[in-house]
Amino acid sequence: MAILSAENLRYSYDKKSVALDGITMSVEEGEYIAVIGHNGSGKSTLAKLFNGILKPESGKIIVDGLEATDKKSLFEIRKKVGVVFQNPDNQLVASIVEDDVAFGPENLGVKRKEIGERIDFALKAVGMEEFRKSSPTRLSGGQKQRIAIAGVLAIKPKILILDESTAMLDPIGRKEILSVIEKLNKEQGVTVIAITHYMEEVISADRVFVLDDGKIALTGTPREIFREKEYIKSIGLELPTASYIASKLVEKGLLEKGEYLTEEELLEGLCK
Amino acid sequence: MQVKIENLSYSYGSKKLKVKAVNDICLEIKEGEFFGVVGHTGSGKSTLIQHLNGLIKVQKDSGKVIVGEYDLTDKKCDFKGLRAKVGMVFQYPEYQLFAETVFEDVKFGLKNFYPNLTEKEMEERIKKAVETVGLDYEKIKEKSPFELSGGQKRRVAIAGVIVSRPEVLVLDEPVAGLDPTGKREFVSLLHALHNDFVKTIIIVSHDMNLIAENCDRVAVLNKGNLVKVGTPKEVFMDKVKVEEWGLELPSTAYLTEKLREKGIEIDSDLTIKGFIDGYIRAKGGEK
Repeated sequence: MAILSAENLRYSYDKKSVALDGITMSVEEGEYIAVIGHNGSGKSTLAKLFNGILKPESGKIIVDGLEATDKKSLFEIRKKVGVVFQNPDNQLVASIVEDDVAFGPENLGVKRKEIGERIDFALKAVGMEEFRKSSPTRLSGGQKQRIAIAGVLAIKPKILILDESTAMLDPIGRKEILSVIEKLNKEQGVTVIAITHYMEEVISADRVFVLDDGKIALTGTPREIFREKEYIKSIGLELPTASYIASKLVEKGLLEKGEYLTEEELLEGLCK
Repeated sequence: MQVKIENLSYSYGSKKLKVKAVNDICLEIKEGEFFGVVGHTGSGKSTLIQHLNGLIKVQKDSGKVIVGEYDLTDKKCDFKGLRAKVGMVFQYPEYQLFAETVFEDVKFGLKNFYPNLTEKEMEERIKKAVETVGLDYEKIKEKSPFELSGGQKRRVAIAGVIVSRPEVLVLDEPVAGLDPTGKREFVSLLHALHNDFVKTIIIVSHDMNLIAENCDRVAVLNKGNLVKVGTPKEVFMDKVKVEEWGLELPSTAYLTEKLREKGIEIDSDLTIKGFIDGYIRAKGGEK
């Protein structure tokens, strides 16, 4: 069953331009979705519509059976859809980690006793239990972002939206976050919608939506998407590095034609 | 202008609770280099680069920083003159735009450093700077910076720095948040600037592919210590060390390493083109 579906969504920030121009898509429960597209293609606007930060001009969004455009269900929607943004510093509110994680559930009126349990659960899920009493300011970027994710998890959302949540992190921080997300998706069944510019992060998704000028230009598995090499380039995106190197070596006749998305696949091809 | 750092240390915090951010760093960056600084979060990169234009002052008995003719440890150092010569572009520079028009925004730094220029001279310089970053001066000068796209804003921010004609340009995470095309265009802008506007470029980045592709030399910081300086090839040669430093290998270095395990030796500078050419050579030419 679709946990999230959008029908013909339109949104514009001003009269001159349209940010989203008729988006229709649906996401199944437990899927790992990647959303890619150049700056200004409408990715972040979409994320904001999905949890009701913005209201579409027209069109319909159904989240887990609830209509997101209905004001009355907004509170419920925010319990179901958590969003993690780019900069962890903008998302942390309290001076102690556990207070920060508690902020969401407190706002939603969760009982005191259960809040304690949720903090345990959320910090454990991101592997930050030992920092419960620490100050977020003393943590590294990757650790801060994990706390921001914990804060969202404490709301127990069914859908986790990551809006370029790894862009500001160092390589280790990025890997930490990605493995936490993958675990949540695989073990807890959380539906993930990851908006990203890193083509390497797209490869592990179940399905990819490519946005261009407020429209869905392409949908498919990562493999299907990156098969459209010329198209991907034409809308301002690029191939994963391994695919790019592979395409050059194929041209030179040093590699058999084929699909090489990851470095491992390329190596296998090169060592044949 | 050469950048010379001698035994530089810096500590944050009070006397009781001191945290060393950088520790006994010696580093020379030659005029004309495209230089990279890498290291995990909290490794001391920002502290180090903020010393270069005196945003962070060298602490007492904590080493020396000399940039061209400016000795930053000298009490009489002309910091204003220095800051005109060492341009600093922080992460997400577009957030620092503030004026009502692009023209006024770019003018701000210039007027600050060179108040004696005539209006005409200023306008000429602003025009040159805006055109150098690849924007249409006439079209954009009266626009509000906030009407522009992310990539354009970032260009305006750079124009506001290069307008005072710095010799050294320091950029912290210059391509973070840009899409692949934005990133590619921005990198070619940096090379264009490097060729005919500024002499030395220093970039700080977490993106090892970017560093390997573009830098002549790289400095690696780990927990406040300078642990390696060299060409990308020298720096990323040792996979175990790179992991120890909390970094990752650029794709080309990873592939080189894995192919070596299989008995295929590739000699390259770790740029993508270099890697491909190296592979072709290793295989005895194109087929």
